[in-house]
Amino acid sequence: MDWGWLLPEPVSAFGSEIDSIYYLILVITAVIFVLVEVALVVFLVKFRHKEGRRAEYSHGNTKLEAIWTVVPFILVMVIAWMSMDVWLEAKVADGHAPGDALPLRVAAKQFEWNVTYPGPDEKLDTADDFVKRNQLHVPVGRAVRIDLSSDDVIHSFFLPDFRVKQDAVPGMVIPVWFEPTTAGEYALGCAELCGLGHYRMRGSMTVHETAAFDSWVAEETSEPAVETPTPADTAGAELEAASASPSAPEDHDHSSRQPDSEGEEQA
Amino acid sequence: MSTMPVEVGHPSVQHWAEPGHADDRSFIRKYVFSTDHKVIGCQFLILSLTFLLVGGLLAMLIRWQLGWPGLAIPGGSILGEAKAPGGIILPEFYNSLVTMHGTFMIFFAIMPLLVGVFGNWLIPLHVGAADMAFPRLNMASFWTAVPAGLIMLASFFVTGGASSAGWTAYAPLSASPELSGVYMGQKLWCISLIVLGFSSLMGAVNYITTIVNMRAPGMKWMRLPLPIWALFITAILVLLAIPVLTGALILLLFDQTIGTSFFLPADGGQPLMWQHLFWYFGHPEVYILILPAMGITSEVLSNGARKPIFGYKFMVYALVSIAFLGWIVWGHHMFQSGMNPFLGATFMTSTMIIAVPSAIKVFNWLGTLWRGDIHFHTPMLNALAFVAMFVIGGLSGVFMASTPVDIYIHDTYFIVAHIHYVLFGGSLFAIFAGIYFWFPKFFGRMLNPTLGKIHFVLTFVFYNLVFFPMHNLGLNGMMRRLYDPNQYEFLAPHQPMNTFISVSALLLGTAQLIFMFNFLWSLRAGKKAPPNPWNANSLEWSLPSPPPHGNFPAMPTVYRGPYEYSVPGHHRDYWPQDEPPAEGGHRTAEREEVHA
Repeated sequence: MDWGWLLPEPVSAFGSEIDSIYYLILVITAVIFVLVEVALVVFLVKFRHKEGRRAEYSHGNTKLEAIWTVVPFILVMVIAWMSMDVWLEAKVADGHAPGDALPLRVAAKQFEWNVTYPGPDEKLDTADDFVKRNQLHVPVGRAVRIDLSSDDVIHSFFLPDFRVKQDAVPGMVIPVWFEPTTAGEYALGCAELCGLGHYRMRGSMTVHETAAFDSWVAEETSEPAVETPTPADTAGAELEAASASPSAPEDHDHSSRQPDSEGEEQA
Repeated sequence: MSTMPVEVGHPSVQHWAEPGHADDRSFIRKYVFSTDHKVIGCQFLILSLTFLLVGGLLAMLIRWQLGWPGLAIPGGSILGEAKAPGGIILPEFYNSLVTMHGTFMIFFAIMPLLVGVFGNWLIPLHVGAADMAFPRLNMASFWTAVPAGLIMLASFFVTGGASSAGWTAYAPLSASPELSGVYMGQKLWCISLIVLGFSSLMGAVNYITTIVNMRAPGMKWMRLPLPIWALFITAILVLLAIPVLTGALILLLFDQTIGTSFFLPADGGQPLMWQHLFWYFGHPEVYILILPAMGITSEVLSNGARKPIFGYKFMVYALVSIAFLGWIVWGHHMFQSGMNPFLGATFMTSTMIIAVPSAIKVFNWLGTLWRGDIHFHTPMLNALAFVAMFVIGGLSGVFMASTPVDIYIHDTYFIVAHIHYVLFGGSLFAIFAGIYFWFPKFFGRMLNPTLGKIHFVLTFVFYNLVFFPMHNLGLNGMMRRLYDPNQYEFLAPHQPMNTFISVSALLLGTAQLIFMFNFLWSLRAGKKAPPNPWNANSLEWSLPSPPPHGNFPAMPTVYRGPYEYSVPGHHRDYWPQDEPPAEGGHRTAEREEVHA
């Protein structure tokens, strides 16, 4: 069991900045926590009822009130001030995502993530676009800009290792950006209750080395999509296999709809 | 007869208790459709403890599924094929469980316990009135809450089951039955809360009027017991916040029934508008759920420490500023919602500022204990737990208030831990403190202190074992409201932690049987309560336990504040508010002339 207070290793450019704010707050709150709880326990032991001793008759102390008003105020303002830039960097994609960011489109719907890739020309809405279900593939070291939308209810696009979370709201297109720093396999999840299949609305997130990403795109656009019904669990699990072999398991079409009792079709 | 209108609560229109006069009200008038605030308080207590039990049982089912995903509940087939075939909880039922657990706990347990029970029990007695300003409205308030609760319970038994869109009912999931699979259940959810809103409003109007108009001579604002200050501020919040929720619920109901599209984007509606409306109610609601608990804690802490509350005025100012700031922080629930990120930055600032009055309260409680003469009676233990746990809930709030950190922990178990540290570790421990403290006054019998202490220790230990590790789960990225976290490879390794939490939760639930037994057994067989078992100062303690209909034999006169403990030179370590100063009196800072 993990009782630790450390966050998983961040793998996006602003991830470590977010984490440093987290650790700052952790240190500040931990110190306050220990001081207050220790004071509480010490007071309880020291000032417990003893025969013949009376409590001190005091209604307060204005100087102390001033101290414990001003000090917390300064502390939280420092935290807010330090948080501000990181927040705007992480969230205002239009201001921060570099111009050469890879454009993607993610449309959420019950209970899947449909990712539109721009193809080799790196432009959306052109003939070489292609769509993958529940598979996010991006190159390392390059910013990605996602236009996030939803077809039905609110979902939340959550890439825990990248410190990315953004609700996908029907009727809105919300820009999301991040820059992967480490190649590997990561999780994509839904963080907003979106219906009975919410718990299995997950996908894979693959960060390729630049060359591997280019060849993955080339394969995707040269080969017709292979319609292999594969359980979502194994889809895109093997990065090397996926980028090396055109017959790699693909999560396509009906594959994410598990033939189980809690299917999407109701009533 | 004078033609001048007599103001509400004027002494001449109050029906004071007549000693030696037999109470000739019928059983129905006395115990069922009673207008007596004390009886209504007790009715709210029974009702809301019942719903607390319901909410707790739902939590046990949630923890069963998370502790042992897919394992059949022993005897669980009783839940029916549509919910748990063979005792195995279905995902759609799981979503109903988390939704209804939150709904019952917030709207039908914690809120009526704090506002309905303690508002009714304490306000007239603490201000020195014969009853509420509007006793019949008060009765209507309770009897409106009952059908609301029954409607909510009924929603479990309709086709499609109870609401499963979360207690926050985010549209469009809540607004479109074809997307949620819940038809009647969601409508009943809306109707129930609309009805309950009227109950809350009737209570709030009553509380405000009673506190403003019916304070006994000498009961100046700055002599009010802190629970009354807290309930006063809370009633104002209720009065202003509930109509927003009611309005939003009506719109949501229209979207489901008569084809409007307030929250449905396909026809131009705005899903985010629901969130703005809901949280504009919802954040003041959070303070509705904590301010009365702070008031109760202050009362019990000062009594247990035999010391005046430290910084009374600052405690009042802190309550007022929390209530004021509570209106401009709702956006912190929506940092990741798609709301303009620049708005997020301003909401972060206002949210951070609200930590300041919260800190003031905690430090003043510590100041109250400093150089006290601390008696560890059962109410005191629970009030101390409130302080210790509220510190954790308050500090964990700073993480979420910081917008960048919130990106990661929003909608994870970190927020689940936070809300439970505030609402269970905070509100519920204060409720236990209040029940242990005032049970003797209203039922005329003491709760058993040994059972009370055993209940406290077990609750405190298991509560922490349940909720503290949820921080760690959240930091590992575990999302809320997941039927089966093991679907995610990165969450599967944390199953042992989930099982550990579930075992602790089942033990926490079991420990509550001690409280139930103590409560029911003491009602009949508890030690007879003296008028003032805690040597406390506020007005109710000079009356018999329970006080008669009409409370006071005549208008009481108030000579001092409620926290005059251990006054130097006074012969006892407490000094009731209505005890006249002796001739040639004691020299104390608090002695002031009485204004009639």
